[in-house]
Amino acid sequence: MAANSANSKQRQKLISDIIINGALFLLVFVWTVPTFGVLVSSFRTRFDIQTSGWWSILPHREWMKVNEFKPDKDLDRDGVMTIKGLQGTFKEFRKGIETPDGTRVTWIGNKRLGRIEVQERRWTMRTDLTLENYTNVLSGKKYALKDAAGNEKIVRGDNFWGAILNSLTVAVPATVIPIMIAAFAAYGFAWMNFPGRKILFVIVVAALVVPVQIELVPILRDYVKLDLNGTFLAVWLAHTGFGLPLATYLLYNYISGLPRDILESAFIDGASHFTIFTRLILPLSVPALASFAIFQFLWTWNDYLVALVSIGSKPDVQVLTMRLAEIVGSRGSDWHLLTAGAFISMILPLAVFFSLQRFFVRGMLAGSVKG
Amino acid sequence: MQEAVRNNVLWIVFGATLSVVFGLLIAVLADRSRFENIAKSLIFLPMAISMVGAGVIWNFVYEIKDAASPQIGLLNALWVAVGGQPQAWTAQLQPWNNLFLIVILIWLQTGYAMVLFSAAIKGIPGELLEAARVDGATEVQTFFKIMIPYIMGTIVTVSTTIIIFTLKIFDVVQVMTGGQFGTHVIATQFYRQYFTNRNFGYGSAIAIVLLIAVIPVMVYNLKQFGERRAF
Repeated sequence: MAANSANSKQRQKLISDIIINGALFLLVFVWTVPTFGVLVSSFRTRFDIQTSGWWSILPHREWMKVNEFKPDKDLDRDGVMTIKGLQGTFKEFRKGIETPDGTRVTWIGNKRLGRIEVQERRWTMRTDLTLENYTNVLSGKKYALKDAAGNEKIVRGDNFWGAILNSLTVAVPATVIPIMIAAFAAYGFAWMNFPGRKILFVIVVAALVVPVQIELVPILRDYVKLDLNGTFLAVWLAHTGFGLPLATYLLYNYISGLPRDILESAFIDGASHFTIFTRLILPLSVPALASFAIFQFLWTWNDYLVALVSIGSKPDVQVLTMRLAEIVGSRGSDWHLLTAGAFISMILPLAVFFSLQRFFVRGMLAGSVKG
Repeated sequence: MQEAVRNNVLWIVFGATLSVVFGLLIAVLADRSRFENIAKSLIFLPMAISMVGAGVIWNFVYEIKDAASPQIGLLNALWVAVGGQPQAWTAQLQPWNNLFLIVILIWLQTGYAMVLFSAAIKGIPGELLEAARVDGATEVQTFFKIMIPYIMGTIVTVSTTIIIFTLKIFDVVQVMTGGQFGTHVIATQFYRQYFTNRNFGYGSAIAIVLLIAVIPVMVYNLKQFGERRAF
């Protein structure tokens, strides 16, 4: 009896295990498939992307040509024709007529010059993978392509190298500058008494939630007056401004949580605020600084709106997201460029994310559970 | 503008709610699975992708080809496989085409909700759950009567954050449809109005509404701030 109940308990546990892992797997699958599709497509040839789904790299059954021939000249192409013992109109043959023995007869091409294919369903995988899309989207050269009919066509690639450099030029200073300022500010708010301390902190917390869009208008007006539009300095300043409230708030949360005793004993030993900050607080705050740095880097690297507004459409200073959005807008069906471009724009954030996930999560927890 | 406000409401109602629901569901499931870390990483991964990149990814899922040729977009391929006609998902059936854009927000934000919920669930004392089970509570009862009330604070914070984020949504719409087909949201309208009509009156109004909405958070923080003694 006891053994029996233990057995059924074990079975119950197994069943719930399967349900939990199954549901989890399903969700993870749904979440991952769109990205995976783009990754796979970025390695497929332009022709393959346009004519078959990316999932056709997996084994599947497809109609394949076994042999082909020219249709007889005297066939009545506007009426009912008989080809290989099958009767049908041009339209029907165009779609393909299946025979009972599992083959299919299909008219390829137009009425006058077309050919006829006999096809069979076979297992196949489309695995012609290439790095061409990446070289095309990076180098920006014009290159020749043959389309299905064999005509050569000159197609424009894109210049992503420049955009990558621009993105780095924007993201690195836009990460470093706000951290430097915010660390000082956070220390001041946490451990120093000065007039206006409270009201300044209110402003920081309020600025945390004001939508970027609203601040853009006055900033843009100032930039026009100062002739800063379209310069990197404009983007750095904008990102610094937008990043500072969160940086100050996160670092304040962390620095104010450091044990009071350490600071007290340092003060008794005669240390000044500045020494305490550089010798004590900064080394202790490395985890918080790292969390915020990752946040800010991802945010500035992925940002589109701020760059769009403060850089405008000058091609030589455009960042990655802008180039990518521009291809979406002007050549939205050039999937060979889009998929490769999208993946190029993701590589760095994904690398940062996977190598520093711990800090990233910690920063997120500090940022909102406390807020 | 009415359209933009209506769409933003749709974004909040569906986007924020479903992000929270999925985030909670995945956090609970992952907590009891052996594959917790890898599952959480993969769900969380979209957070590192730019919204423009996410727009490309989902545009590719929604891609439509004419009915005669094979579909290269995943959704249309599935739809045709079950016997439907290829659809332009983000252009038809207004205003419900917005839902296909909102999916992207859910895809991006669920990871965020999940991480916070996961941390909160791990903070629930084991004895509490054990006691409930000893008293004969089912899993569902434990979930709704113990877990949910215990992490209510986190649920509120996460919802607030996602709602604020959703109010500001811009990139996704701009890249996917540019606001066509009745998909404008406040931010895209704002952007368009600024560059074409130079009319920023209502932008300021939104800022004020947001500031009012955030007053409780501010008060809470200030209370804590006021209690601190500095040197």
